[in-house]
Amino acid sequence: MTRTQTLDLNGSGEAALGSPSRRRFLRQTSATAGAAWAGAFSLGFYLPPAAADKLATDGPRAGALDINAWIRITPDNQVICEVARAEMGQGTSTSLPMLLAEELECRWEDVRMEFASVNEHLARNKVYVTFATGGSRGTRDSQLVMRKAGAAAREMLKAAAAERWGVAASELRAKLGKVSHPATKRTATYGELAQAAALQKAPADIVLKPAGQWTLIGKPLPRFDIPAKSDGSAIYGIDVRLPGMVYAALLQCPVFGGTPVSFDTAAVLNRRGVKKVIAGPDFVAVVADNWWRAQQALKSLKVVWDYQGGEKLNDAAVQKILEAGIVDAKVLRADGNFDAAWTAAQAAATTGVKVIEADYFTPYLNHFTLEPQNCTARVNGDHAEVWAPTQNAEATQAEAAKTLGVPLQNITVHRPYLGGGFGRRGASQDYVRQALQIAKEVPGVPVKLLWSREEDMQHDFYRPVALYRQRAVVDGSGKLTAWQAHIASQSILERVRPASLKDGRDFQAAEAFHDMPYEVAHVDVRHGICRINVPVGFWRSVYHSQNPFARECFLDEVFKAAGKDPLLGRTELLAPNSRDRKVLEAAAQAGNWNGKLAKGRFQGLAVQDAYGSFAACVVELSVNDQKAVTVHAVTVAVDPGHVANLDSARAQIEGNVIYALCTMFLSEINIQDGRVVQSNLQDYPLMQLRQTPRINAVLVPTGGDAWGGMGEPPYAPITPALANALAAATGVRVRRTPFSHDGFTLA
Amino acid sequence: MQLKINGKAIDLAIETDMPLLWAIRDEVGLTGTKFGCGVALCGACTVLLDGEPVRSCSVPSGAAVGRKITTIEGLGGKSALQKAWIAKQVPQCGYCQSGMLMAATALLARKPQPSDADIDAAITNLCRCGTYPRIKAAIKAAARI
Repeated sequence: MTRTQTLDLNGSGEAALGSPSRRRFLRQTSATAGAAWAGAFSLGFYLPPAAADKLATDGPRAGALDINAWIRITPDNQVICEVARAEMGQGTSTSLPMLLAEELECRWEDVRMEFASVNEHLARNKVYVTFATGGSRGTRDSQLVMRKAGAAAREMLKAAAAERWGVAASELRAKLGKVSHPATKRTATYGELAQAAALQKAPADIVLKPAGQWTLIGKPLPRFDIPAKSDGSAIYGIDVRLPGMVYAALLQCPVFGGTPVSFDTAAVLNRRGVKKVIAGPDFVAVVADNWWRAQQALKSLKVVWDYQGGEKLNDAAVQKILEAGIVDAKVLRADGNFDAAWTAAQAAATTGVKVIEADYFTPYLNHFTLEPQNCTARVNGDHAEVWAPTQNAEATQAEAAKTLGVPLQNITVHRPYLGGGFGRRGASQDYVRQALQIAKEVPGVPVKLLWSREEDMQHDFYRPVALYRQRAVVDGSGKLTAWQAHIASQSILERVRPASLKDGRDFQAAEAFHDMPYEVAHVDVRHGICRINVPVGFWRSVYHSQNPFARECFLDEVFKAAGKDPLLGRTELLAPNSRDRKVLEAAAQAGNWNGKLAKGRFQGLAVQDAYGSFAACVVELSVNDQKAVTVHAVTVAVDPGHVANLDSARAQIEGNVIYALCTMFLSEINIQDGRVVQSNLQDYPLMQLRQTPRINAVLVPTGGDAWGGMGEPPYAPITPALANALAAATGVRVRRTPFSHDGFTLA
Repeated sequence: MQLKINGKAIDLAIETDMPLLWAIRDEVGLTGTKFGCGVALCGACTVLLDGEPVRSCSVPSGAAVGRKITTIEGLGGKSALQKAWIAKQVPQCGYCQSGMLMAATALLARKPQPSDADIDAAITNLCRCGTYPRIKAAIKAAARI
């Protein structure tokens, strides 16, 4: 069969011929997927959202249901799964098809994936729910949708076979890509049944397999994207090549918020290959026939900037703003009466009651995606095509449309791979805006905008700087009875989603504190939002990249004062059956806590829940007399509820350990004269292979209905565990990162 | 000038001081070799020059004339290291892996049975995702250690 046919099924069971945009989409996907899919029959179906029952009977709206998932099955049994989330190395583009295939009962080797089209999403009333890839949500927020999609398709294939053979669907079995009727020994492949299946009514009730029957979920399966990433053929944003393409290099105002005033193009335009100099609101760009030529020309371009007063900011000024933020902090949680407990404790200081006070500090951090920011765009009149390494193709489309002042549907977004994401390329689409601003000045010509590493270092949306002021009271029996944490930091949400603040309070910025798992009688958590002229954004594990460092290290200080073992102290404060306690005990056991250690080695531990998962870490290290630290082993236990792809989950733990080691020992962004001091790897180094510890990745999923994330949760307990081990080894309590401030280096 | 890349002679009318990276990527069109830092510190742009790993962002094209240039595309996709890379599921985002594979290829050519210390010393390329443990395991697997 070579005819391309399109049939959609919605929740009411109605079949409808596809709209023009739908047919256009099919042609696009056929073209991008290669000749193998050309002319393939498509099984596309709508799955009802939560309110499906209502919608299905709600006549006028019945035809406009959201799709939750997508499957296509070709006559030769290939199962193509659409993936809306971005692939940036976390493995989601394999994990999501695994979830779908688990219920579809096809052969895993027949499964392929394609990145879903944001244009199709728009044309079909947001069928893919979201393209946002962050907050460790890729799998946990998609798992139910994907499993239901697979199960619904399986039931429709069975219904088609039942109709063909004139038997009851209940007599049929679906397995390994075939439907069989054991009583009459008849079988048909999914490919043979797909066309008829698309005409079947979507099942109203979908019963999912219990976890005990899973054959794919939780297994360590090879990822789809790895072969192409091992032979150089994987296409990242930076690799896009189009006929007639030109290249753009840019210079942004070094001071945040500044604008270009003037520049002399005379010395630039006669350089080889240079085509144009373009000024944007916050940048000047050179367009040339080769990126290096553009970048070289840029270096000889003398730009005069208006700094808008931003040049007065420096680290000392930032510190002052943080101090003021502590004073102005608003209450996020108040249990008992901390102030009364604190006052009483000071009066009772001679009776064995102890008070502890300490400040912690964490600096700005750069994401350092190894692929610098880039975007390719071609503007044709009021339409544009965009190729972007993006964590949110929908946000990319919106940014491009806004920049050109055209409707969303006029923007076509292509989705190459990302050379790292870590939160840089989702909510912040500055590089997309700039590419469009440049491309519209060379109409019809594709332009690839690529930032230099220096631009990337100095124009990030940084992990916020934060100051923590904590106090605690330990009673005469050694019990922690009162805990105060006053925090000052910039609010990411205030910039990105101001509506999510509650009465001017940012709960996300105080995560790990206002929602701490410990049972303490008097708790006082406050957060002050600081406004500083340094752009901030989501960075791997967001405030969980820094708040647990302050919380779990301070807690170790409390236990030291109380004379308690850090494990015992924590378990006493955690509910007996809590997941925090279980995962902490799992890490302690796997990490040989308080076991026999080689001479000179010391341990530290910490626990933290984040993004629906629970994680704990045990670090083992030694320190020489030059204060060089050798990290020997890092054990991280994670309870994500369920694991999708076991090998990807382990890889995320490994990656988080190394990301955290870089942060604790090496990384810091400083501000001087309104600009970022660091410019490249010579002053923002990353750790090397030779410094890699033995990593013990322990997965202890406890099941249940809720799934947790894996991309960020492992990070949260690692940073405090490192500092706690360092304190155990040296007696020095480091209260700011990187540890180089206290003279420690990574051996 | 003429560059010999992956066994093919390619004539290019480019400046002698254009870094080899940009000749390979923008002029020849081989995009497996990546740009990371531009200052020879990250290793994403690693290629082999007469078998030796070099950071192509900092090698002038003129200096590569008359020498054998090998890029990731020149490994063919089925080398023992590339097979080990897939077997050990090494890449995450994958952006550094072309450079890693070139550095590892040069190491095994020089030392078919490298020690841990040899691997530590030879692989100075940077990975942001944290694939170092698997890179080490894959090199050992390819060397059958």
